[in-house]
Amino acid sequence: MSTLSLTSAFILLLKRDLVLAYRRRAELVNPLLFFVLVTAMFPLGIGNDPKLIQAVGPGVIWVAALLAALLSLDTMFRSDFDDGTLEQFMLSAHPISVLVLAKILAHWMITGLPLFIAAPLLAMMLNVPTDAIPTLMLTLVLGTPVLSLIGSVGVALTVGLRRGGVILSLLVLPLYVPVLIFATDAVKTSIVGIPTSAHISILAAMLIGSLVLAPLATAASLRISLS
Amino acid sequence: MGSPRYFYNVAGKMIPWFAISFLLTLIAGIYYGLFVAPPDYQQGESYRIMYIHVPAAWMSMFIYIVMAVAGLISLVWRIKITEITIISSASVGASFTFLALVTGSLWGKPMWGTWWVWDARLTSELLLLFLYLGIIALYSAIEDKRVAARAISILALVGVVNIPIIHYSVEWWNTLHQTSSVTMTGKQAMSTSMLIPLLLMGISFKLYYGAVVLMRARAEVLERDRNTRWVRELVEGEMK
Repeated sequence: MSTLSLTSAFILLLKRDLVLAYRRRAELVNPLLFFVLVTAMFPLGIGNDPKLIQAVGPGVIWVAALLAALLSLDTMFRSDFDDGTLEQFMLSAHPISVLVLAKILAHWMITGLPLFIAAPLLAMMLNVPTDAIPTLMLTLVLGTPVLSLIGSVGVALTVGLRRGGVILSLLVLPLYVPVLIFATDAVKTSIVGIPTSAHISILAAMLIGSLVLAPLATAASLRISLS
Repeated sequence: MGSPRYFYNVAGKMIPWFAISFLLTLIAGIYYGLFVAPPDYQQGESYRIMYIHVPAAWMSMFIYIVMAVAGLISLVWRIKITEITIISSASVGASFTFLALVTGSLWGKPMWGTWWVWDARLTSELLLLFLYLGIIALYSAIEDKRVAARAISILALVGVVNIPIIHYSVEWWNTLHQTSSVTMTGKQAMSTSMLIPLLLMGISFKLYYGAVVLMRARAEVLERDRNTRWVRELVEGEMK
């Protein structure tokens, strides 16, 4: 029996996932590149009227973030599933939900955080007023972890399937909608100049709620997928 | 109680009762709704689509809750019959959701002048349809059906978070869609002559669901137990 404490197991796992991601730097930029590309497609598709672009800007950034998160979800458990690491998790003395949380955190740091850093630049390009950019950043920092958390349940359910990709988007996207609604509404509200604390509180509540519940559901789903 | 064979026999006896009472309430509900109930003072005759639309929307949420409860039971106690209930309910629920969307759209054209608005309730109903389709897709993608049943149990439980959002969306985002007219407590916003057919149709749709889910569950039981002796005896008995 190992004497590793739960905290150090958590930190070790987090470090391991970050190191593995760092060794594959080329893959690391893919979600970010996708995010920027999708955002750039919208003005090309809807025309270059600055007013129109400003009106759809927050929504475009958030939809692009949603799609980028979805695209990167599959990497969360894929390699660990293929090489049997997940089965070793199941044998571990520690609760799987905590180990899963470490993997979700790592996934968010790899895919969510870069979006957060790139977002102000894209917001400027979409004519989002400077005053509203802090709100956009706040919604991203509260919202993108929810995307990783909810997404982890979907990935855990589909990781054993050969053609899981399309099903994953069908499972996960409807559940992303509340985040999308409140986040974009917060940014739009702040563009008009109305306080957004209500939206931010609801987003924070979603984050806390999914932080508590999603790892449990993910752990249960992994157990099913590996059975 | 939980044995598939017992369930198969009892369900077979219950189906005619559900089916007959469904037909009776359906005929009564349609007669009251289309001929007896007075036309609405604002919406005229076209409000009568409500007698399909509203019960279908009720069912779309009711069935999802049934699935989530069945999911919880099958995850905790591993009961085969509740596992079968989930997947047997999913396509019925998806059909009711689709029906609610289509009738709502047909109703929206004369009332709002448009087939579709991105109103909170419509959108949530559409998302509910996606949740149903996701459950069906996941179930059919996993080959081992016992594993598949447990996977969709979790999915149904996760998705049930969406049900309160649908229900309270009217109060949250209050837009074009009229607020709910039927309340358990307090003063009714609808006259009794309009309410009676609506409730009759609501009961009728529930009975229909009961009959169909039992039929589908029976078929599913047979398919799962196809290699057992009781199914073989049953089939051989039918052949004679």
